[in-house]
Amino acid sequence: MQDIPWGVLVILLPVVGTLACFLCPRRSVPLGLAAALGVVVCVAGLGWQVVEQGAQRYAIGGWGAPLGIDLYADGLSLLMLAVTAVVGLGISVYSTSYFEPGRSAFFWPLWMFLWAALNALFLSADIFNLYVTLELLGLAAVALVALAGGADALTGAMRYLLVSLLGSLSYLLGVALLYHSFGSVDIAILAHRMEASPAVWTAMGLMSAGLLLKTALFPLHFWLPPAHASAPTPVSALLSALVVKASFYMLLRLWLEIFPLSNSAPGQLLGLLGAVAVLWGGLLALRQTRLKMLIAYSTVAQLGYLFLAFPMATSIAWKGALYLLLSHALAKAAMFMAAGSILYFGGHDRIADLDRVAQRLPLTLAAFGLAGVSSMGLPPSGGFIAKWLLLEAAIRTGQWWWAIILILGGLLTAAYILKVVGYAFTQAEVTHEARAVPVPMEWAALALALAAVLLGLFAPWPLALMEIGLPFGVEAAR
Amino acid sequence: MIWDDWLPLLIVLSSLSVGLVIFFLPEDRVATRTGLNLVGALLKLVLVGFMLWGVFQGHQYETRLPLLPGLDLVLRADPLSMLFVLLSSVLWLVTTVYAIGYLEDSPHRSRFFGFFSLCVTATVGVALAGNLITFVLFYELLTLTTYPLIVHRGTEVARRAGRSYLTYTVAGGALLLAGTVWLYAITGTVEFTERGFLSGLDASLHPVFIIIFTLLIGGLGVKAALIPLHGWLVQAMVAPAPVSALLHAVAVVKAGAFGIVRVVYDVYGIDFAAGLGVTLPLAILAAATVIYGSLRALFQDDLKRRLAFSTVSQVSYIILGIAVVGPVAAIGGLVHLVHQGVMKITLFFCAGNLAETLGIHRISEMNGVGRRMPWTMAAFTIGALGMIGVPPLAGFVSKWYLGLGALDAGQDWVIFILAGSSLLNAGYYLPVLYAVWFNEPPDAWSDERYFGRHETAWALLVPPVVTALLTLAMGLLASVPLSPLYWARIITTLEYLP
Repeated sequence: MQDIPWGVLVILLPVVGTLACFLCPRRSVPLGLAAALGVVVCVAGLGWQVVEQGAQRYAIGGWGAPLGIDLYADGLSLLMLAVTAVVGLGISVYSTSYFEPGRSAFFWPLWMFLWAALNALFLSADIFNLYVTLELLGLAAVALVALAGGADALTGAMRYLLVSLLGSLSYLLGVALLYHSFGSVDIAILAHRMEASPAVWTAMGLMSAGLLLKTALFPLHFWLPPAHASAPTPVSALLSALVVKASFYMLLRLWLEIFPLSNSAPGQLLGLLGAVAVLWGGLLALRQTRLKMLIAYSTVAQLGYLFLAFPMATSIAWKGALYLLLSHALAKAAMFMAAGSILYFGGHDRIADLDRVAQRLPLTLAAFGLAGVSSMGLPPSGGFIAKWLLLEAAIRTGQWWWAIILILGGLLTAAYILKVVGYAFTQAEVTHEARAVPVPMEWAALALALAAVLLGLFAPWPLALMEIGLPFGVEAAR
Repeated sequence: MIWDDWLPLLIVLSSLSVGLVIFFLPEDRVATRTGLNLVGALLKLVLVGFMLWGVFQGHQYETRLPLLPGLDLVLRADPLSMLFVLLSSVLWLVTTVYAIGYLEDSPHRSRFFGFFSLCVTATVGVALAGNLITFVLFYELLTLTTYPLIVHRGTEVARRAGRSYLTYTVAGGALLLAGTVWLYAITGTVEFTERGFLSGLDASLHPVFIIIFTLLIGGLGVKAALIPLHGWLVQAMVAPAPVSALLHAVAVVKAGAFGIVRVVYDVYGIDFAAGLGVTLPLAILAAATVIYGSLRALFQDDLKRRLAFSTVSQVSYIILGIAVVGPVAAIGGLVHLVHQGVMKITLFFCAGNLAETLGIHRISEMNGVGRRMPWTMAAFTIGALGMIGVPPLAGFVSKWYLGLGALDAGQDWVIFILAGSSLLNAGYYLPVLYAVWFNEPPDAWSDERYFGRHETAWALLVPPVVTALLTLAMGLLASVPLSPLYWARIITTLEYLP
């Protein structure tokens, strides 16, 4: 048990799943589900290994860092893998009933491929490897967006493809510059050799710009709502919950480990953009008349919160942002899945015509409501813990204006979530035909929403995991 | 002893578990649902009784669970929490019986009773919270769980009322959270401590403490319906009668008032708060609310709206009693927390009975209704007279201590507020009583239902009669051990005596 390279299996298994689903399209559902369960087991194994033995480093094929490819798992990677596994399992269960057989055969191989790319990204120990996995992730995501078919989805997918390529290209330029300056792409080695120079600033700027585009930070968010809203529901869920988080994770690694910053101008700029995103995304979400668009704009706002940690740059702030990332991943997946069930049920997602969904789909509305509670940052939920940590960091660092943004953002979130919930209780003018929603779809959404809420009651454990390998610096041992 | 560690948590879980089970019951399992409701309510009452006895014997009950590094979720039994927890568990039992009768044959009862139980869970959590973050947690939970009850009927009016409720309470919650975090960032603790935990800190922080106090009271004042934050309460009247009873007497409004007591006593400490100069503005605000609520009540024809404005006025007595800064007035304020609850719930039950049995919603329709529903209206009369402060009813005890305490603390102006408010109370309750008993009834009621020999269904009749009797008992037996007055005295002693 001790010697099993769980970290390698975590990547290998979804690749095997991809091939299996591709080769046997008729059995893609059971095969994909089996692979999903396998990945969850492997992540649990890796988690056990990391908790027992501390951060793990695997040299693939026995070649060391400068020559071969290293995989590295510390507390941060582990949490990202774990939340991906939980959300991934939920999405897999949901998808068993969502797709008709024809689409299903396309969905599963792509989804498994995307999962492999995500896991590889979270385990990469060098910036070039990160580029490769990011590119794979982007391609899989574009294909999944196009899966819905039709003009809207194709336009959305094309725009998404261009944005994705532009982002990774910009990142790759930065990687090339760093490699040229320091002769390595390994994160640990780079961190050791790094010193500020115009070339380094240019490289960091290029890489960050590319990643910000992919993370859809205001004002680079324009592509996200149409792409996320027009995709099939399981795809919307995994794009909003996981894919945008991958590029944020890379930003964290860049700025925390390679080029640590403390309260400098770039940090303040990121914080400012994040604050605008929180307010702008919230206002636009409030103005939407379609449920999926509302949820997509909510993602823009929630991503903004993550960047509020950059100007504060203390370990409490980083933990708060990471906690928000975890709870948002769970909550946003649950929310999209609930919206998908409502769409499936009534054939539309116009908010004003939700027509007594509270009575007719109580589990789905409960999922939406609980996920909403976490998004608003109301207790008890993961979102509340995250907001508490961020607020505390804002006040402790004397940057109270971020606290005001956090509070206002929470109020905006409450406004748009409760607008939906309110209409779910009332009768619409036109009653619509209803199609029964399959049981796995309702329960998968509810399970993820409950997980987001439970994150608020068991906070000490994830917070302790964040300390492993000290991704947030020595100060973390508060 | 193991009981000492887990009893508070058990009390919270007793209604939580019932609520969760009820959500999944099919609509037609009426007997199971009723049984579960009653068992849950009785079990809670027994556990609370056990804890009351234990606290009386000097036991310390405290459940402590880690929430964040350095921050715990604390549930603790102290005299102040016992006062509120006892009120809510007794009235929950009564309201459950009433709600079962009221909602007979109406749709979505599983959802209703599920949230009803969660609502009580949150209230008990608020009562037992041992630090500010636990308090905030349950306070927000209360906001969320009452929302589906307010919009229960699913009409457009209900949706608007729900929206207004949430606009006020979520914004209030945000202020409360901001104040709490700020306090924690400065002091590193949010544990409720007798006489507060701020007085020892550096004097240069005092301006910050005043701002934080404003934030906290602003957040709590929304639920306590202090002007100008009371707007939601009147709109929320569209909810079914048991929910109004719950909002006004047991849960929401009380949670706000209770929170203000906690902040003043166990966060700031009454002496420190008085030293900061924050109690006088609070007292003036409370006094203004007392008068404003009564004035508005005077001009309402809708019975529930009149009662709602009366609540706005009466709840501020509690805050006034605290903010006057004197032990005797504090007794009056604290005991009113219980007394107002019992009296107001009686009035709401009676209003619900009128609406359900005869279709009466307006005071102008109430002529001679005492002859058709003598028991209901007798209960209503006791509740209304209690509100006015007629001896020997519960309301008299509260007002007596409040007035005496104001004089004792040298705040003579409060006497005029009390006298004015009592006059206004009489002005909006006595005409109703006159119309009920002495005017001729109309030939036919607008929407009459018949219940055989009885004036209405027994489940609707017993609760108001019981609470009316309680009103009488709390006035007559005010100084018996374990009475609300007795607890109020203990709490005041802890806060004031050296």
